[in-house]
Amino acid sequence: MHDMSAPAVHGAPTSFIRKHVFSTDHKVIGKQYYALALVAAFLGMFLSWIMRIHLGWGSFAIPGLHLLSKTGAPGDVLTPEYYLQLMTMHGTIMVFFVLTTAPFAAFGNFFLPIQTGAEDMPFPHFNMMSFWVTFVGFLVLVASFFVGDGPTLGGWTQYAPLSAIGSVGGPGEGLGVVLWATSIAIFCIGQLLGSLNFITTTLDMRCKGMSLMRLPLSTWAWFITSIMGLTAFAVLLPACILLILDNVAGTSFFVASNLVINDQMLPHSGGSTLLWQHLFWFFGHPEVYIAIVPGMGIVSHVLITNMRRPMLSHRVLIYSMGSLAVLSYMVYGHHMFVSGMNPISSLAFSFPTLVITIPSTIVVLIWLGSLYGSRLRINAASLFALGFISMFISGGISGFFLAQPSIDIMLHATYFVVGHFHLVMGVAAMFGIFAGTYFWFPKMVGRMMNETLGKIHFWMSFVGAYCIFMPFHYLGIAGNVRRYQAFTDDYLIPLIPVHKFITIAALFTGFAQLIFLYNLIHSRLWGAPAPNDNPWEGTSLEWSTATPPPHNNFGDKMPVVYHDPYQYSVEGASADYIMQASPENVHSPDEEK
Amino acid sequence: MATTVHEPPKIEVDRPPSRGSGNGGWRNLVPADGDLRRVKDSSPPPASTGIWVGLAAITMTFAAFTSALIVRQGTAPLVHVTLPPVLYLNTLLIIASSISLELARRRIASFMGGARDRAASPARWLYLTLLLGLLFVAGQTFAWMQLRSQGFGLATNVSYSFFYVLTVAHALHVFGGLGGLVRVIGKLNKSALRRSTLDATSRYWHFMGALWVYLLLLLWMKL
Repeated sequence: MHDMSAPAVHGAPTSFIRKHVFSTDHKVIGKQYYALALVAAFLGMFLSWIMRIHLGWGSFAIPGLHLLSKTGAPGDVLTPEYYLQLMTMHGTIMVFFVLTTAPFAAFGNFFLPIQTGAEDMPFPHFNMMSFWVTFVGFLVLVASFFVGDGPTLGGWTQYAPLSAIGSVGGPGEGLGVVLWATSIAIFCIGQLLGSLNFITTTLDMRCKGMSLMRLPLSTWAWFITSIMGLTAFAVLLPACILLILDNVAGTSFFVASNLVINDQMLPHSGGSTLLWQHLFWFFGHPEVYIAIVPGMGIVSHVLITNMRRPMLSHRVLIYSMGSLAVLSYMVYGHHMFVSGMNPISSLAFSFPTLVITIPSTIVVLIWLGSLYGSRLRINAASLFALGFISMFISGGISGFFLAQPSIDIMLHATYFVVGHFHLVMGVAAMFGIFAGTYFWFPKMVGRMMNETLGKIHFWMSFVGAYCIFMPFHYLGIAGNVRRYQAFTDDYLIPLIPVHKFITIAALFTGFAQLIFLYNLIHSRLWGAPAPNDNPWEGTSLEWSTATPPPHNNFGDKMPVVYHDPYQYSVEGASADYIMQASPENVHSPDEEK
Repeated sequence: MATTVHEPPKIEVDRPPSRGSGNGGWRNLVPADGDLRRVKDSSPPPASTGIWVGLAAITMTFAAFTSALIVRQGTAPLVHVTLPPVLYLNTLLIIASSISLELARRRIASFMGGARDRAASPARWLYLTLLLGLLFVAGQTFAWMQLRSQGFGLATNVSYSFFYVLTVAHALHVFGGLGGLVRVIGKLNKSALRRSTLDATSRYWHFMGALWVYLLLLLWMKL
């Protein structure tokens, strides 16, 4: 028998394929996830540019657009259907392959094992599968651009019955939906495998001395997110299977009897249209927190390092993130206030929706209270962390309004909701990704990013994002319905200048992302080498190891943790911080008394 | 492939942990008491935790299917489905397979604990478990074929759709368990079986049995 106490370690691979492609090293997998998210983010942004130009100047021909789809963009101008198809792909790509992939899977894969003091994930082959499965899911989704009459037009939520009735529903319905649902089902499997590794690493692979409360806030955030991912994606997966069956096997899970679409009586019978919404939003609302909680952890980690002092309460921040995770399952019905549900059910979902603002507010107050009076080191990472808080507050406040069923009924299908979720889970999560990128780049590749370009990137993105999404709220209150590809109604025509302004802001903000991309590639190839293993004077274990970390993360000597994660400005210490793995023993003045 | 095994971490016993080294710069709100005793020296093998995590995910998947059935039932009454009688035989088979696996697991556990009773022959019970598992899947396949021969297919009506989806999803998970059993037998034959692998496979298999009993009750009550 094998010695069961032996750690599950594997030697460093030597071949190119095993080292860089089919690697079981969590750090390589983390970088692969980051690269996938980067490609997906620029693809999603490119789609949003096309949509925004169309909304501002509907007859403007975008040169070369017909190459994307001859039927969807004849004469380089979008058809109404293709606008919806691009919108669907923008939402799906951004939510799944960027906002879930980058802050959770990319950074979590790279840093969770290191911050816990583990040599690797306990199931490295599952981890490798997790990435490649996700990659295949992305390819399947993108493939829908090039088959049949293009991708599905049902929106990232794929509401039934439109999504379940096949090609009679319009361009992209049928094959496009099947590819969409297959892609998301594959994506779910990848995230389930990833969550399995994250949870077991956190629980079982911690090094000596690393109690749960000594885990950095970023690791706590990934841990909590992985629990959400495990439970939420395990529900979306069967929902996608049922949707695929409705499209290819003639079942009627989501299609009611006697439905007439485009003058055709559908053969389906006996299904429940609302069933999809129940299943989807049981996943969908936790998904919002799957996107944002890792950002909360990353931002807390970045801010603490730059404030040179811990948060007001480490524990309360962790408990608040945990509360958000638990409550996120109890509020999903607030997405269905206009579905015709019983008003008492609406009230039942409205109450926890308001309650969930309490842990959110606690987190924000801890950030602001900790920042108050601190001498924050201003750099690109800390600026994006501040930007995250700003976006989270701005987007969160509109959530108070939408939590009320009576107000939501009016605002539900308008740009107000679009502005709300773009700020609170889109831009905020993106700012969390940027904060993590600027902060951890030296550890990941051994080079520094250009700080000046980083600050320019921040200010352009910060101003640009507000210029895009704050007017969305105004448009929503003015009654501007979302998902329209043109505004020809009398009451919408006066709003077109606002749309033009938003389009210009979107192009401006997108240009800022090109600066980021240049900075990322240039710094990766020619950036200044990281001056040492701990350029930001951090305390957690990733800063105790070499840059970039060796294959087994810590070389010949595994770390032992002696301290809580954020020991900054400690009186009597040899520096203004004590690293977790430092055996430095400092007695507090209180103890000496 | 080269294998790197590190020495277990050493604690410097002469140097006490930094007890009481609070964060003086922020009112000692995050004290670092350096208490290593709070951390268990040995965590459970990851396979042990991992299997519970995996079972939690499977539970959520079948909970989603169940809630879908209940939500659908709330919309309009479901068409009644007469369950094929072979399902009851299959239930006995999967329960028997759990018993034989448990007998095998206990024999292997006592062997690992130092007992050298060769007559115990745990592999025999593992092979029996594998056979019973295969018979269960064959029995489920027979049930599907029987229904199809009677004209009840996946798309006949929503009740049959749920029947097929739930039973096929369960059977696919049982295939995973059969793969685990084959792996356990292979490792046992090579004397390379870890206790954690055996326990994880065993828990998964028992869970599949319990899940089937739950599904049978659900289908019997709701359809």
